[in-house]
Amino acid sequence: MKGNCWKFGNNINTDEIIPARYLNTIDTKELASHCMEDADPNFMKKIKAGDAIIAGNNFGCGSSREHAPIAIKAAGLSCVIAKSFARIFFRNAINIGLPIFECPEASEQIQEGDEIEVSLTTGEILDLTTKKRFKFEPFPLEMQEIIQAGGLMNFVKKKINAV
Amino acid sequence: MGMTITEKIIAAHSGLKEVHPGQFVYANVDICLGNDITAPIAIDEFEKAGIKNVFDPEKIVLVPDHFTPNKDIKSAQQSKSLRIFAEKHRLKHYFEVGRMGIEHVLLPEKGIVAPGDLVIGADSHTCTYGALGAFSTGVGSTDLAACFATGKVWLKVPESIKFVFHGKVKNWTSGKDLILYTIGKIGVDGALYKAMEFTGSAISQLPMDDRFTMCNMAIEAGAKSGIIAFDQNTEEYIKGRVTKKYAAYQSDPDCNYTKTYEFNADEISPQIALPSLPENTKPVEEVSGIKIDQVVIGSCTNGRISDLRIAAQILKGKKAYPSIRLIIIPATQDIYKQALQEGLIEIFIDAEAVVSTPTCGPCLGGHMGILAEGERALSTTNRNFVGRMGHPKSEIYLCSPAVAAASAITGKITPPNEVIKN
Repeated sequence: MKGNCWKFGNNINTDEIIPARYLNTIDTKELASHCMEDADPNFMKKIKAGDAIIAGNNFGCGSSREHAPIAIKAAGLSCVIAKSFARIFFRNAINIGLPIFECPEASEQIQEGDEIEVSLTTGEILDLTTKKRFKFEPFPLEMQEIIQAGGLMNFVKKKINAV
Repeated sequence: MGMTITEKIIAAHSGLKEVHPGQFVYANVDICLGNDITAPIAIDEFEKAGIKNVFDPEKIVLVPDHFTPNKDIKSAQQSKSLRIFAEKHRLKHYFEVGRMGIEHVLLPEKGIVAPGDLVIGADSHTCTYGALGAFSTGVGSTDLAACFATGKVWLKVPESIKFVFHGKVKNWTSGKDLILYTIGKIGVDGALYKAMEFTGSAISQLPMDDRFTMCNMAIEAGAKSGIIAFDQNTEEYIKGRVTKKYAAYQSDPDCNYTKTYEFNADEISPQIALPSLPENTKPVEEVSGIKIDQVVIGSCTNGRISDLRIAAQILKGKKAYPSIRLIIIPATQDIYKQALQEGLIEIFIDAEAVVSTPTCGPCLGGHMGILAEGERALSTTNRNFVGRMGHPKSEIYLCSPAVAAASAITGKITPPNEVIKN
């Protein structure tokens, strides 16, 4: 994963990520067109595929709407790096296969516009602009199983077929 | 080492004698829930996976409550997908317009959730049922789809935080004020991933409606769940509603809490959460006088019969301030009817309020009371995030039904005791 970074603060909530006025559809493209709209109305005009969101504490707090990680993924963003994630957003991201990383140092030190590269194999975020490296903790084994299966529904299908 | 109520319920649903915080389990689900925003994605995922049958048509609840009665064609399509799915799989608990209510008020009212149950819902306020001594938590649509198929959910056993409320709540202070006060103390991520267990003499005396309100807003502190141990109040509430077998758990005396907070309920005034986070709380006296445009009384947080009774007690014989739009939303059809029979609806209409059919409506900026640019609402709902009730440049202040009703009369944020003597 390689892309430029867009920075946000603490407690970015799901109403900012995808306002409820757009929840009358489950069309991923349409949801993506409003991604982060109430946090930054011009966000979708600025980003390009592969870019990353860098946020503070409690990213994705508020509603359970899966439309939030769906909008981020469908917008072409490669991942979200934050100090911490709200729990429903966290599990939704795991379940749908949106890469997210909890890394307080990276969240603090990476600046807007920096180009970063994330390696899942080494568990590292490399800031190509400043040459700084940040380690992130791997997910617990049980979550890795879900991620490796390609999301929760694929994981469930495998389990059902195995029985 | 003993276990908390939360740990006991999760253990019982995972086929284990005991569980510990941090442990990963696949738990059996008693009830899973979706609404007209979250269930369409779950249904789509379920069908894309090619799974034929749901795990149990009696344990899936679908409630179209957010954009209903449908506000536009797109939302009508979404509700239609619930209706078709419910018919196809012969779901026992599908609630059509005219029978439905706001999900988290409706399920306890209908006795669908029982003490000791493990419940997941694709709605963040699913934590409400903790008031019944159940473990219940909000999840996403894909979790719901997986549960449709398997009847299970993946969970990490949460650590528990204990909140002890000593003493007795003051006049005009409610469960809403206790929970806003708590969120103000610990912050919107103060209980992130944790179970909040509410206890103490003030909680023992607290009516069920107030307990639902407290557990409902546990998510606003980032919590996985809120829970209150089963007691006499719980038993009285479920009588005539819950017909299935239930389990009344208590936390063991030697169980482990990561933290304990002790508050004195006698010292807690009605609270206001200022824009744009529920943690920005202040006693109402400190912010009185702020002018408002709209007052909303309703939602899964505060649309219950006792909320309407308090509002009516304050509004009786009075009128909403001329520039105020007062919107009152009974949370279910039964509550609506009860309010009608008790004469509350007449009091509201005489006070120049509009009374709406049950819907989540304005709480999430859906419909039935959207704010224009620069407008300010005082609301008994649960979130005051930027743009939550409408225009990104509108503002929401959160409060109890008593403060909302008092302020509707004056047109500005007002402590209830300034409008009515009690």
